[in-house]
Amino acid sequence: MTAYTKFLGAAAALALTAGAALADPAIIFDLGGKFDKSFNEAAYNGAKRWAEETGGTFSEIELSSEAQREQALRRFADAGNNPIVMTGFSFESPLNDVAPDYPDTKFVVIDTVVDQPNVRSVTFRADEGSYLAGVAAATASKSGVVGFIGGMDVPLIRAFACGYVQGVKATDPDAKVIQNMTGTTPAAWNDPVKGAELTKAQIAQGADVVYAAAGGTGAGVLQTAADEGIFSVGVDSNQNYLHPGSVLTSVLKRVDNAVYDAFKAGEDVEMGAFVMGVANGGVDVAVDEYNEPVWTPEIAAAVEAAKKAIVDGSITVHNYEDDDTCPVM
Amino acid sequence: MDFLHVFSQLIATFDSTIRLATVLLIACLAGLYSERSGIFDIGLEGKMLISAFVSAAAAYETGSAWVGLLFGCGASIIFSLIHGLASITFRGNQLISGVAINFLASGLTVVIGNAWYGKGGQTPTLEGAARFGEITLPFANALRDVPLIGPIYSDLISGHKPLVYIGFLLVPLTWWLLFRTRFGLRLRAVGENPESVDTAGISVVRMRYTAVLICGLLCGIAGSYLSTSQGANFGREMTAGRGYIALAALIFAKWRPWYAMYACLLFGLLEAISNLYPNIDLGLFVIPVQFTQALPYILTVVILAGFVGKAIPPRAGGEPYVKER
Repeated sequence: MTAYTKFLGAAAALALTAGAALADPAIIFDLGGKFDKSFNEAAYNGAKRWAEETGGTFSEIELSSEAQREQALRRFADAGNNPIVMTGFSFESPLNDVAPDYPDTKFVVIDTVVDQPNVRSVTFRADEGSYLAGVAAATASKSGVVGFIGGMDVPLIRAFACGYVQGVKATDPDAKVIQNMTGTTPAAWNDPVKGAELTKAQIAQGADVVYAAAGGTGAGVLQTAADEGIFSVGVDSNQNYLHPGSVLTSVLKRVDNAVYDAFKAGEDVEMGAFVMGVANGGVDVAVDEYNEPVWTPEIAAAVEAAKKAIVDGSITVHNYEDDDTCPVM
Repeated sequence: MDFLHVFSQLIATFDSTIRLATVLLIACLAGLYSERSGIFDIGLEGKMLISAFVSAAAAYETGSAWVGLLFGCGASIIFSLIHGLASITFRGNQLISGVAINFLASGLTVVIGNAWYGKGGQTPTLEGAARFGEITLPFANALRDVPLIGPIYSDLISGHKPLVYIGFLLVPLTWWLLFRTRFGLRLRAVGENPESVDTAGISVVRMRYTAVLICGLLCGIAGSYLSTSQGANFGREMTAGRGYIALAALIFAKWRPWYAMYACLLFGLLEAISNLYPNIDLGLFVIPVQFTQALPYILTVVILAGFVGKAIPPRAGGEPYVKER
């Protein structure tokens, strides 16, 4: 019996040292996959930047099913990874269950708020970024009809839509916005074929700028927009390079910065809820060599004016997630 | 809301219907061959997925969509042979083998794709000849300005990808093969009463393997259509349940080729409507988009429950044939 206890103690001590040695940060990518050219890829870029700058290593996993969320969290926490970063609002309930069991581990969740003492929640004012996209789209549109294609029909994506419509209507009150959601299940993040078909449907109704907030589904939207010769707006990562001359701009959520900051701070990362918006550089629209030819001075001026107005408070973008309603829809 | 506007909206809806129905139709016919021979095939989804991946990869490497199609069909046929081996030769459970095929395809495509291209299972974007272009039928441009007939011919019938035409030509071909040839008679008999076919001196095993091979070939075309015609690259799980909808269409059509086409067109139309008009406002109440999206499944359940005629599957379906007991 004593030998057994000693063995247990030794095992525990071993586990502890192993844990200490393994205090690398970890990141969990959501169902869209690490290379969705969008949200998860932005997170990956942040982690990669940290690894390149510091020479550190990090653990990672790409989820392939809903059931893996809690499992992945626990496995990283058991292995001693700290902090553990996860991307996606779907982590809200698994993290609420897991976080209290590992009080010494710090969790960073992006895109949702989890109210636990050892969780840092980073949310983005997607509505503000989408507002800028709406301003750009309405300025670029010749037909006065613009489109929005969302991924899964959830409040976060409705916030994208709501901000976008506000931006469009502020620029051109008579403009029409066609809205589609790809689906109501997580498969909606990964259906480029449906994205392409929705884009064709919107073009048939006269849309000449389409904004895709749909993860991997967006690849089909951007592709079809390029095929049919209309403008598209990318999301989360900078997608301008995908189809130069067709992608008008990309709404950037600086997820990469959020991941980078968390990794850099390591175990000392500050806990609490943080909101990133236009004012603190958390969201923006991308301008680079790929979209420069289509990013006319007129659009640039309109977007700059909107940014300034948001920063100084003369425009307040209504956030759908605050009260689940949208004043313009 | 004048007449011309309504007309152009109708054309757009039907045009979208044809594009959406094609993949269902080809997969549905694939299932038809297999199930008519007595081999249930729940693995349509997996075979389409592996073909979509291999087609996209081969088309990217060779720069030719047709070579992609060839390789895609090859991969799909290999998968259907695995299904055949498990369920015909080894007399395993056909449903389990089919599910295994789906899982295998779902995992393999991502793992291989990641190893080859390092993009999380995606393949690089296809450009130029690596994608199927649109076929403009003769006189389509000349007739475009003719009222009524012009748009119907030029926009609705002309201007699709080659695989769309192949898909719709497969319907009469399948009907003729199944109901007008000796091969078809034997194929149907194998699915209904394999003992009688065996008594007549025809190999049940060979007939069933032939059916499974045809099924693999057609699934290959359907998968290739997704990644090289409708899309421009492979994305993980890009079939998104279309194999299962095709199965539903097959039941809805009661395992008959022409009805399979009608069922797929109906399902395609429902999807096109839900894309074009998310929430249909009827004045008194609004039909939510979710209802339109769920309608194919609801209809299938209604048919299965026997409210609208009875759907009787091939009698020997799902049972491995044992020559002597």
